[in-house]
Amino acid sequence: MIRFDNVNKRYPETGDVLRNISFHLRRGEMAFLTGHSGAGKSTLLRLIATMERCSRGQIFLDGQDLNQVKENQLPFIRRKMGFIYQDYKLLHDRTVFDNVALPLVIAGFGHHEIARRVRAALDKVSLTGKEKKYPLALSGGEQQRVGIARAVVNKPPIIVADEPTGNLDPELSAEIMFLFGQFQQVGVTVLIATHDISLIEQLNRRVLKLDHGQLVGG
Amino acid sequence: MKRSNKNRIIKDPPARPVRQETRQTTKAGGNYADRLTAYRDLHAHALFSSLGRLVATPFTSIMTLSVLAIAISLASGFYILVANVQQLTGNLETSNQISLFLRDDVSDVHANKLADSIRHDLRIQDVKLITREQAMAEFKTYSGFGDAINMLEKNPLPIVLKVLPKHTLEDKEGLEGLLNHFKQAPEVDIAQMDLQWIERLQSILAVARLFAALLNLMLGAAVLFIIGNTIRLELHNRRDEVVIAKLVGATNGFIRRPFLYTGFWIGFISGVFAWFIVAVLMLILRQPVERLSGLYEGGFHLLFLSAAETVAMIGCSSALGVLGAWVVLFFQLQNTVSE
Repeated sequence: MIRFDNVNKRYPETGDVLRNISFHLRRGEMAFLTGHSGAGKSTLLRLIATMERCSRGQIFLDGQDLNQVKENQLPFIRRKMGFIYQDYKLLHDRTVFDNVALPLVIAGFGHHEIARRVRAALDKVSLTGKEKKYPLALSGGEQQRVGIARAVVNKPPIIVADEPTGNLDPELSAEIMFLFGQFQQVGVTVLIATHDISLIEQLNRRVLKLDHGQLVGG
Repeated sequence: MKRSNKNRIIKDPPARPVRQETRQTTKAGGNYADRLTAYRDLHAHALFSSLGRLVATPFTSIMTLSVLAIAISLASGFYILVANVQQLTGNLETSNQISLFLRDDVSDVHANKLADSIRHDLRIQDVKLITREQAMAEFKTYSGFGDAINMLEKNPLPIVLKVLPKHTLEDKEGLEGLLNHFKQAPEVDIAQMDLQWIERLQSILAVARLFAALLNLMLGAAVLFIIGNTIRLELHNRRDEVVIAKLVGATNGFIRRPFLYTGFWIGFISGVFAWFIVAVLMLILRQPVERLSGLYEGGFHLLFLSAAETVAMIGCSSALGVLGAWVVLFFQLQNTVSE
């Protein structure tokens, strides 16, 4: 589902941030991406999110070579993925419903379909009844779950999370991880960037470890 | 709620089944119809939410709109000015007619003889004699000095021969030859081609028109830049929203849409404001101009923007709004990437 072949990413200012990265995450696989800060985790995620292109090598998402994808086609690639962020990246001037509905609105779904799917997604993250609240009226854990609902509302085959539990206490973290496990069980490929070692140890999944831009495990 | 529903059913029994039918057809139309409505709703939403955003920040909006309205009203003001001056000269026809102003001591009889002799010239099509009295009557009617002229003891106007050369004589040299020929006649005081001063007036008008056009071009550019900058600021303020929308798969077209509508509203509203500014200025100017026109006994009336011109003005400002927004978005959205 996500395949890196000898990927390099070089910035003119800092030089090579990622070197010879190769890995393959299969459909329905769940893995952690870890490493010290500055190891290149965020850069790798940005490459997957197609916010940037690699300098060398090839990246395949769902069998598609990203080097071959034109700029104006990138939004449609992004729709195959759900992203979850440490800072949630919610729109504070919109309700929970509108936040979760955004990917569907963008994809051009009709009213009824949007309402149905948003309700289903909020139900999955146990936020039923909070549709009309604004994100800032919710707790951190709830906001993160709104972010997760937004990521999965479009039923993407890939979910990518960047430090999803960074701001949450262990109990809430475990809850969130349980959710990810559920998504994996229905065939979604999940990649979670984190440096929460205890969490990784608890779950016993594949770990991709980055060290100074190189993959040292996984 | 319930009661009103009941009332409706009693008043208008077929309302319910009809409504059901339409709902069914939408469903039967399938995904395509559903998406089409979704697309329409998106546009409607963008249209009204962008207006809502302008209203939400009234102070900023009013300042921007006022600057734009003044610029647009200046442009249309110049347009009206030229249109009004043109109206003054509108009834002048171009012709190659030559006016011969005869000396004061030439009598009517002598003038008639002269006219006859000119009429025999092969180059001439027609000669018309205007006596002192006719000239005076005409002058009184058209010049606006009627009452003043009555005060004069003696008619100061000369006899005029209006000579119309043949159509075949259209080249400049031929006409000038003819003019010089008349100038040498002892009875003629001044020989003048009408064309000459009409040409002069028209070239002055052409310059004024060109000036107005250039000025409008510059004001149009200013409007474009002001709207562009406003949209740029708006884009900056809503950067998070743009980045998030991009991350969840929004195309540039989707992101652009609300901003284009904002540009449209800014252009449209400032166009309407400008119309009001021009209208107020014209109201202030109308009475003094009419009084001035009255003093000259002229039939001059201040022209205002016609319906078509009003539509064109507001249309232009709206179009400039969309264009300004589009140009800015085109260049700025390419650089917007999440951190």
